[in-house]
Amino acid sequence: MTAQRPLSPHLSIYRPQLTSVLSITHRATGVVLSVGTVFLVWWLVAAASGERAFAVAQAFWASWPGLLLLFGWTFSLFFHLCNGIRHLVWDAGWGFELRQTYLSGWTVLGASGALTLVAWIAGIVAGAPR
Amino acid sequence: MSDRLSMRTPLGRAIGLGSAKEGVQHWWAQRLTAVALVPLLLWFVAALIAHLGADRATVLHWLGAPLPAIAMLLLLIAGLYHMALGIQAVIEDYIHTEWVKLAALVLDRFAAFALAIAGIFAVLRIALGG
Repeated sequence: MTAQRPLSPHLSIYRPQLTSVLSITHRATGVVLSVGTVFLVWWLVAAASGERAFAVAQAFWASWPGLLLLFGWTFSLFFHLCNGIRHLVWDAGWGFELRQTYLSGWTVLGASGALTLVAWIAGIVAGAPR
Repeated sequence: MSDRLSMRTPLGRAIGLGSAKEGVQHWWAQRLTAVALVPLLLWFVAALIAHLGADRATVLHWLGAPLPAIAMLLLLIAGLYHMALGIQAVIEDYIHTEWVKLAALVLDRFAAFALAIAGIFAVLRIALGG
């Protein structure tokens, strides 16, 4: 569907900005988390099914691909959570000034990075093979 | 348009072509589930960290207790509802071929319901014994 009329410039014309990058990242992490939900349900069903199924699931989480996915989902979860709160604050009508949008944007990035690190350090300390 | 000669009024022709009047409901449900997910996800991450590398008996013992089981059920319901709405928005924004869009929207709902039932069943089986 190509419009036969002049169109205003679209995304490709703009230099990426924090605001637009965080906006599309929110969406991307949402999709990533949806895939993660499938794995969460798999894990729950495996736990309910029996020792064999659960052992397969646990072995997957302990593998490198499993750990890499877990790390990606940890960051995605904290980013989507923090930026989601930013969205809720906007919904309440606050924080629309340009300076505030940038401040909240950097805060969200910092907070989700820090929370990911904290969660993984806690995980490594708590989850070391016993 | 051939409607030029039709006996139908302009209003009659326009009805049904615009908003389906469900936008507010979608928006509100997305926010409601978002707010519910904030505490649920913080609990979820902490609980997962506490049970990293745990064997099946430990996981069953944990999820078998009333509060964790209830929290997990709430997380599944709020999370999958939130997911279905979010993926729906992504589909509606990016897929413009009508039948592909319709198929994707149906698949989104089917997947959300199937995952919800599977996850809820697993938790109930663990909590109520089976």
